[in-house]
Amino acid sequence: MKRMRPSVETTVESDAIAVERTLTGDREAFRILVERHSRNVYRLAYRMTGNQHDAEEVVQEAFLRAYQKLSQFASRANFGTWVYRIAANYAIDRMRQKKSEDSNRALPARETQEGAEIDLMSTVPDGAPSPERLAQSSQLAVQMRLALSQLTPAERTAFVMRHWGGSGIEEIADALKSSSSAAKNTVFRSVQKLRKALEPFVEQRGQARAMGTEL
Amino acid sequence: MKHPKEEELIAYHDGEAAGRETIATHLGDCPECQAELERIDALLAALNTIPVPEPGEDYGQRVWQQISPRLPQRRRYWWDFLFSEPNTVQWLAPRRWVAAGAIAALVLAAFIAGRLTRPGTPIAPVAVDQTKVRERILVMAVGEHLGRSEMVLVELANSGPQSAGQQVNISGEQRRAENLLEENRLYRQTALEQGDSALAGLLDELERVLLDVAHSPQQVTPAQLEGIRLRIEARGILFKVRVVGKELQQRGESGNAPAQPNGSAKNERNKV
Repeated sequence: MKRMRPSVETTVESDAIAVERTLTGDREAFRILVERHSRNVYRLAYRMTGNQHDAEEVVQEAFLRAYQKLSQFASRANFGTWVYRIAANYAIDRMRQKKSEDSNRALPARETQEGAEIDLMSTVPDGAPSPERLAQSSQLAVQMRLALSQLTPAERTAFVMRHWGGSGIEEIADALKSSSSAAKNTVFRSVQKLRKALEPFVEQRGQARAMGTEL
Repeated sequence: MKHPKEEELIAYHDGEAAGRETIATHLGDCPECQAELERIDALLAALNTIPVPEPGEDYGQRVWQQISPRLPQRRRYWWDFLFSEPNTVQWLAPRRWVAAGAIAALVLAAFIAGRLTRPGTPIAPVAVDQTKVRERILVMAVGEHLGRSEMVLVELANSGPQSAGQQVNISGEQRRAENLLEENRLYRQTALEQGDSALAGLLDELERVLLDVAHSPQQVTPAQLEGIRLRIEARGILFKVRVVGKELQQRGESGNAPAQPNGSAKNERNKV
């Protein structure tokens, strides 16, 4: 028999019960929360960090922190939103740390576990992508990954939360620990930088599509 | 109507309500702005095509397996047992009888040990000394950190355009604020772990201000700079940082317990 998908309200309500039970020492209740929300947090983490390894670490750390801070949660928001924000906070810290580590290295490593995946966190892109890589994937996709990797951690977080997570400015400001106007400014700056880097490629693709010559 | 700014068109794309109708009307009459909006739409649509690898149906279970050994045991009280739902308490489960037996044996062993051991054995002073040393190092480091933060905030408060209306370059202060952010987080977490909620609260407030500075544009208009200054002043952060920073530096230099009797440094910080 096919299991019915629970409604949002039911999920929030049962999340609240699971939180209560976890607070009384029931670890299995926390397992329910982890299993329910992991995939959603993973999507955010992957978009923020740009690779599977870091994304998985962010997910684990977010749930560990949520468990430790659970008594502060107090059902102010729903658990999903709360853990999402914890993950965003941790991902920013991790990206900042990685950026500073990378900038201290003379030669940033760009090898990846999977051939097609580029380390989005490398701060100094090595110019144009190699012909082999271009053959593997479209030029636009490569450029998009590079452009995202050149955003600052705060800009990337703001962009991911706003355009992929659908978060409001207040929520982004909370994750960035800044004022609403600064968060708004960060969102704008991220789109502006992406436009500058990518519009020539997007336009090329549009023209190619119009002429029926797109690869 | 004059052409909307780029940021207004991006906000329009995001569905922001403010000024929406006016922009929609303008877009109907202005092919130039319409084309600009289409370019923004096309770019964001293209970015949506970046795939996210599917972690698999059992991903949640894998996460649980990885984190569950690292979860600290949450404190349970004996009265939780009384309030547990009846169906969750299995009175006759063999595990419970084993646990009850083990507890009884422990109580008995403790009783016998208590009778045999001489009272008044002094506690080894080593652990206390180590705690003191750790606390002193933290106090000195946080004191210095607050001193450096104060300098950035003071410089921001005193900076201004060379001539009226000119933009101000705050990139130097931004870089320093970014550097201070990392250590600020570390000290805040340590203060929390040590139960110094007043210091953790101050560091949290400071973090917000530092982030605000770090996320502002490098070149700010006098109005934007005034905005930053007002936010610093509204929180009274400069005053708090100055008072607590000095206090911690003095404590670190003297190498002793707080200047006030009864360890009142935390109380003082609460007053700030």
